[in-house]
Amino acid sequence: MSGSTELLESLEGNYTHAVIAFIDEEGYPLSVATGFSAAPQRGVVILDAVAGDQVRPPEGHEVNVVFSHIRPQPGIGYDERRYVSLWGRLHRTNGQLELVPERVQHWDEQEMSFFEFSERGVPQAHRYMDRLSEEAGRIIKPRLPAGWLFLRATRLPFLSATFVPVALGTAVAALQGEWHWWLALITLVAAASVHLGLNVANDVFDTTSGADAANLTPTQFSGGSRVILYGLLSLRQMVLMMIGFYAVAVGIGLYLAAARGFWPLFWIGAAGVFISVFYTAPPFRLVHQGLGEICVLLGVGPIMTMGAFYVQAQRWWWEAIYASLPVGILIALVLYVNEVPDRPGDAKAGKRTLPVRWTKETVIFVYTLAVGVGFALILGGAIAGVIPRPTAIALAAIPLAIPVYSGLLDFYESPYELMPRMGKGVQLHLATGLLLVLGYVIAIVASHLMSSPPLFLR
Amino acid sequence: MGVLPEPIEELLNTALVGELTVVDERGRPVTHPLIPLYDGERIYLTSSVLFSRKLEHIKANPKVSLAISDPNAVSVERFRRATIQGDAIVDDSDLHSGWERRVLPLWRVKEPAIDFFLGKRVALPLFFERGIIEIRPRRAFLWEDGRTDAPPQIFELEGAAR
Repeated sequence: MSGSTELLESLEGNYTHAVIAFIDEEGYPLSVATGFSAAPQRGVVILDAVAGDQVRPPEGHEVNVVFSHIRPQPGIGYDERRYVSLWGRLHRTNGQLELVPERVQHWDEQEMSFFEFSERGVPQAHRYMDRLSEEAGRIIKPRLPAGWLFLRATRLPFLSATFVPVALGTAVAALQGEWHWWLALITLVAAASVHLGLNVANDVFDTTSGADAANLTPTQFSGGSRVILYGLLSLRQMVLMMIGFYAVAVGIGLYLAAARGFWPLFWIGAAGVFISVFYTAPPFRLVHQGLGEICVLLGVGPIMTMGAFYVQAQRWWWEAIYASLPVGILIALVLYVNEVPDRPGDAKAGKRTLPVRWTKETVIFVYTLAVGVGFALILGGAIAGVIPRPTAIALAAIPLAIPVYSGLLDFYESPYELMPRMGKGVQLHLATGLLLVLGYVIAIVASHLMSSPPLFLR
Repeated sequence: MGVLPEPIEELLNTALVGELTVVDERGRPVTHPLIPLYDGERIYLTSSVLFSRKLEHIKANPKVSLAISDPNAVSVERFRRATIQGDAIVDDSDLHSGWERRVLPLWRVKEPAIDFFLGKRVALPLFFERGIIEIRPRRAFLWEDGRTDAPPQIFELEGAAR
């Protein structure tokens, strides 16, 4: 029994009583509560004797001794769930019963989150439903309402990552006097389709590589949608969905290229789709090579922003690239932080992301440095007039980086405590991006209202 | 008044956790802490497919026992302990919503937060695919004051819930 001494030591402080379960003469289980003490140095549990012939636990037969605890929360339910289950034979000693545990099973939700505990049960869930399907002669699998399933499979809420660069590229163009709302809209649909295609492709290839199955600590922000792993959708259905999204993206992309400048938009679109597909797909598996952050920075930074700008203005413009860098860096950092809890599963599947390769100290140092660079670009750009001065309001988002930083420091090894801080990282990117766009809108309005706006408004 | 003696029913109606013991494929007892629910005739427990070994064990051997033993998990004026032996069946004909129809109202009384968690079903889809364990009591043991160093009162219930 591994870790038995430590576990036995913990019993007296954590549990009020033991329950001895055994099989009675009629073959029924029978369970009886009793007091106990532990003798960890001897590796035994001493149980108080139970009175009554019919409920007396047998000696020499295997029994199951269970210690269970919850803390009631009136009006809600309970928390602090934990239990220890020991199996072994009882021996009578000095009027008491002594158990030498031979097997143990235990769970304490303060040591292992309920989510991880549940995740470890996924193979059993599949075994059970497969057997049930055989018995019933029909496929029995978990279900979700269609809308929720779509939301989960595509990870729809993460589309904010696409909205920001498209809006920014469009805003840069609008400041140049180029503004076609319907082109902005279809650019957004194309970019969103690439992003959703990437999300679905990520699930498809992380399923086939085993990365999702190896990850036992998925969170709201990491570990993929898990719809294939849970049996909610088949691999084939996800592949079809992936093809569908890319088909929409390529179709709209070709239309935009034909309408607004073929080769430049063709290459921008091709670069975006290449990164999106080969992010997790073989043979390149860019994220497996530690290139995920760079790919995301480029794809959801300069490529999308420049693409959105080009669709509007039909020319290259360095400001679109410059403006995209802070949001590119911040969205890459969302991925970077989200990879922290995935480290064990990623490493197992050969996915050598930066947090897999680096120490905690290096990961946090690089995070801090990159946030600093991102906001320095905004500040420096606004001061130098590379981007409009009102975009400096994006610096107001800086405080959102603090909980992410402190979360990395305090909860690096605790996925579910880190989870809310990962959410702050998403907000940091969104808030910074929207404030940058707002800065452009202020500059655009000022340039329309005044023939020569003051320096701080242009 | 249900099929069980009143002091045991009172325990069942308030217990937030009980210890369900089933028999595994090698004839050994295996105990699982679960929320017991009671409708006056049968005792119900539910199990997610994630933790469905117990359902397989019950299907292979329906003999079970349920202990209500934790003084922190019950709210009765005078603490007592009970164990109920019985025969169980598993209803997994509709894992997705069968348990919602049959036992959610009873569950909600003990754990009101279950509605909140059910609202997050999209986050925990497999957890809410659940089988129902339905126990027909056949014998009950009652320890007044919860003291098991004195013999229990024994109630034979054979046929009571048929």
